[in-house]
Amino acid sequence: MDFKNKLKRIGSGWYFLVIVSLIYILLVIFKQDLFFSSLNFFYRIMLKIIPILISVFVLMVLINYFITPKFIMKHLREKGFKKWFFVVIGGILSSGPIYMWYPLLADLKSKGLNYGLIACFLYNRAIKIPLIPFAIFYFGWKYIMVLSFVMIFMSIIQGIIINKLMEV
Amino acid sequence: MQKISVKEAILRAGKGLWKVFPMILGTILLVSLISTLFPKSFYTILFSKNIILDSFIGSLVGSISVGNPITSYIFGGEMLNQGVSLLAITAFLVAWVTVGIIQLPAESMILGKKFAFLRNLSAFILSIIVAIITVSIVGAF
Repeated sequence: MDFKNKLKRIGSGWYFLVIVSLIYILLVIFKQDLFFSSLNFFYRIMLKIIPILISVFVLMVLINYFITPKFIMKHLREKGFKKWFFVVIGGILSSGPIYMWYPLLADLKSKGLNYGLIACFLYNRAIKIPLIPFAIFYFGWKYIMVLSFVMIFMSIIQGIIINKLMEV
Repeated sequence: MQKISVKEAILRAGKGLWKVFPMILGTILLVSLISTLFPKSFYTILFSKNIILDSFIGSLVGSISVGNPITSYIFGGEMLNQGVSLLAITAFLVAWVTVGIIQLPAESMILGKKFAFLRNLSAFILSIIVAIITVSIVGAF
C-alpha cells in the first residue's frame, strides 16, 4: 500500500484530534496557564464520561447482536397503520452509517415503500438507544423522554408532508 | 433471521467506538479550551433569549456540523453548562442528527434530488419546531 492510500485510510477524526493537539502544544509553549486550566477541565470531563462510554459499548453490543438490517427490512413491509409503527421502530433500532441504508431503502421503495415512510425512517434514526446514557447524563431523563416523543411525532408529520410535496 | 455471534457483536461495537474515539477526544479537548477561554457571559451575549433566533442559530450550527451524535451530546451538554440556552442546544442536537448536508449528494443520487432536498429542508424547519415544543413541555413540568 503506498503512502497516499495509507493517508486515505486515516479517518477525519484523527486529523481533527491532531489539529486540536497541535493547538494544545502551542498553548504549552506560549500560554501555560491556559494549557493547564484546559487540561484540568478535560480531565474532569473524562472522569465523568468514561463510565458512560462503557454503558454505550454494552448497549451497542446488544443492538448489534439482536437487531440486524434483515430483521428491520422484514418488518418495514407491513401494511396500513402498522407500517408507520414499524418504520418508527425500525428507524430507532437501525444502526451503522446512514449511507448504508440508502440502497436498502431504494430497494424497498421499488417494492412500494413511499417517500413519506422513507423520510420517517431516516428521521427516527436520530433517536439512538446506545447513546441514551450520554443523553441522560447531560440533559436528564425527563428532557430525553420528551424530546424522543416529540421527535417520533414530528417524524410522522414530516412523512405526511413529504408524501404531499412529492405528489406536487 | 440470521443473528451474528456474540464475538462479532463485541468486535463491531468495539470498532464503532474506536472509529469515533479520536472525534470524542478531540471534541472534549476543544470544549475544555473553549470553556476555559470564554466566560459564561460571552454565551449570554451570543444567544439573545429570542425563541426563534436562538433555535435558528442552534439548527444552523447543527446542520453544518458533522460527526457521531456522541460528539453532539458532549458539545451540547458542556455548552449548556456554560450558559447556552436549552432551546438553542435542542435545535442543535436535533439538526445534527436529522439534517445531512454532507450526505446530500449520496441521498440525492440514490433516493432522488427532490426527495433529498425536501427531506433536509423540512428536517431543518422541524428541528426549530421540535426544540420549541420540547423546551416548552419540559419547562411546564
